[in-house]
Amino acid sequence: MSLQKSDVEKIAHLARLSLSDNDIPSYATNLSNILQLVAQMNHTDTEGVEPMAHPLDATQRLRADEVTESNQREYFQTIAPAVENGLYLVPRVIE
Amino acid sequence: MEWEVVIGLEIHAQLATQSKIFSGASTAYGASPNTQACAIDLGLPGVLPVLNKEAVHMAAKFGLAIGAEVAERSVFARKNYFYPDLPKGYQISQFEHPVVKKGYLDIDLEDGSSKRIGVTRAHLEEDAGKSLHEDFEGMSGIDLNRAGTPLLEIVSEPDIRSAKEAVAYMRKMHSLVQYLEICDGNMQEGSFRCDANVSVRIKGEKELGTRTEIKNLNSFRFIEKAINYEAERQIDIIENGGKITQETRLYDADRDETRPMRSKEEANDYRYFPDPDLLPVEVTREYLDQVRLSLPELPEEKKQRFISEYGLSNYDASVLTASREMAEYFEAVVTASGGESKLSANWVMGEVIGALNRDGLDIDACKVNPQQLGGLIKRITDGTLSGKLAKTVFTAMWEGEGDADTVIEKRGLKQVTDTGLIEKVIDEIIANNPAQVEQYRSGKDKVFGFFVGQTMKATQGKANPQQVNDLLMKKLKG
Repeated sequence: MSLQKSDVEKIAHLARLSLSDNDIPSYATNLSNILQLVAQMNHTDTEGVEPMAHPLDATQRLRADEVTESNQREYFQTIAPAVENGLYLVPRVIE
Repeated sequence: MEWEVVIGLEIHAQLATQSKIFSGASTAYGASPNTQACAIDLGLPGVLPVLNKEAVHMAAKFGLAIGAEVAERSVFARKNYFYPDLPKGYQISQFEHPVVKKGYLDIDLEDGSSKRIGVTRAHLEEDAGKSLHEDFEGMSGIDLNRAGTPLLEIVSEPDIRSAKEAVAYMRKMHSLVQYLEICDGNMQEGSFRCDANVSVRIKGEKELGTRTEIKNLNSFRFIEKAINYEAERQIDIIENGGKITQETRLYDADRDETRPMRSKEEANDYRYFPDPDLLPVEVTREYLDQVRLSLPELPEEKKQRFISEYGLSNYDASVLTASREMAEYFEAVVTASGGESKLSANWVMGEVIGALNRDGLDIDACKVNPQQLGGLIKRITDGTLSGKLAKTVFTAMWEGEGDADTVIEKRGLKQVTDTGLIEKVIDEIIANNPAQVEQYRSGKDKVFGFFVGQTMKATQGKANPQQVNDLLMKKLKG
């Protein structure tokens, strides 16, 4: 499978990446190569093999339902560009 | 042309855990903004989510309660999209391997029949934060206290055929999650909300029509109105030769209409993939057996028991088991009344529910407690109170005048059952109204009511009605 320019642009947009037009052909080639590798793996007979959800052969440890975190708002907000009344401020997201 | 509406609901129930699904921050509602958003909830670099045991337990309880298979192995996945109230740029959810597989819920329809609605799946995920769009001079304010609150998303099959059925399903699910004590059910605070997928087709057709999704419905009334509006809108479009666009819409309660949502992200291109930060979750058969044993009596079982144990009708049993609190209130009244189940049911469904509706209260804020109501019923069965006087006493109890015996004593409402006393009153009335006595004796039976009225008036309504009837009958014959 070979990706077109428009595919690369769509993927970049979904990932909020800005690409220059000059770079798009090389991204298209690189990403297509990855898909080719996947296509190659798809030819392998995996009948009866359970798909892996994680490379580690282990299961999730669970934690007790207890409140262990205290309020550190002031500390966390020292790295925020803008705050008001305890809220993080961001550029307006609706028109 | 007869149209059929096809509806599927996605319910989001906030799980009633103390801490968040992947962090130890509190989930308490109403805290000052961002005071319950820790490094994990903020998506800061280098943090790792650790799954809350209780969230898994609650999902398992739910799965068993809807007759579903609880997956022995489930997997968390990342749902990718960008929005400021989702700091990581993805929501941790479940995709291919949800914790709860196919189950069902039976709902009661208005005509008294019941209908089975399929539940496709239910999965665990984290809630997002809240965006506030007012008052920040061109900026949006973000509160991440809600980010990471555990949600159970319950997806129904497209088995629902009307707005009324959708409401019945939603109510039954609302009651179930509260019976299971996995969700507080508070719709105003958003603990229980739903998205509705609505499409229409000509009755008899097999293919589903193009659907629209109405987001974030958080009241039973809005669900009904939004679905009705949306179905009519779609039918209008098709009948005028148009086509339905698959889109997400919002219900505007003020205008009673749905309108398209601003495009949050083009298409639902969420690029799910298994979350490498979380390992597959495994639960054992033994664990599930334990959970099954710990389940409380469920609404349907309770309803059947009320029918057999208390001799209630199907309808009465449905009303009294609609919520766990209501059922507990009723059973406490039965006990306090000395086992008067039928009378207890009548009083709870009549006076109690009437007064609650009038004052806009829930059963847990009922102003007459079960012991008080049971005490009142005892005074009816032992003949102290007539039905009419009992209502007066109930009103007084509701107004906070104390329990039944106190009110009866204070207001002198005790029913007069002393035959001698009633006889004396009747004798006087007969002596004072010779004309009416003559009329009655000459065959005008209607005059009998006049004597009953006079007797009740003379005893301030306290004479036992049956005794008054018997005595009048005897004495008027002469």
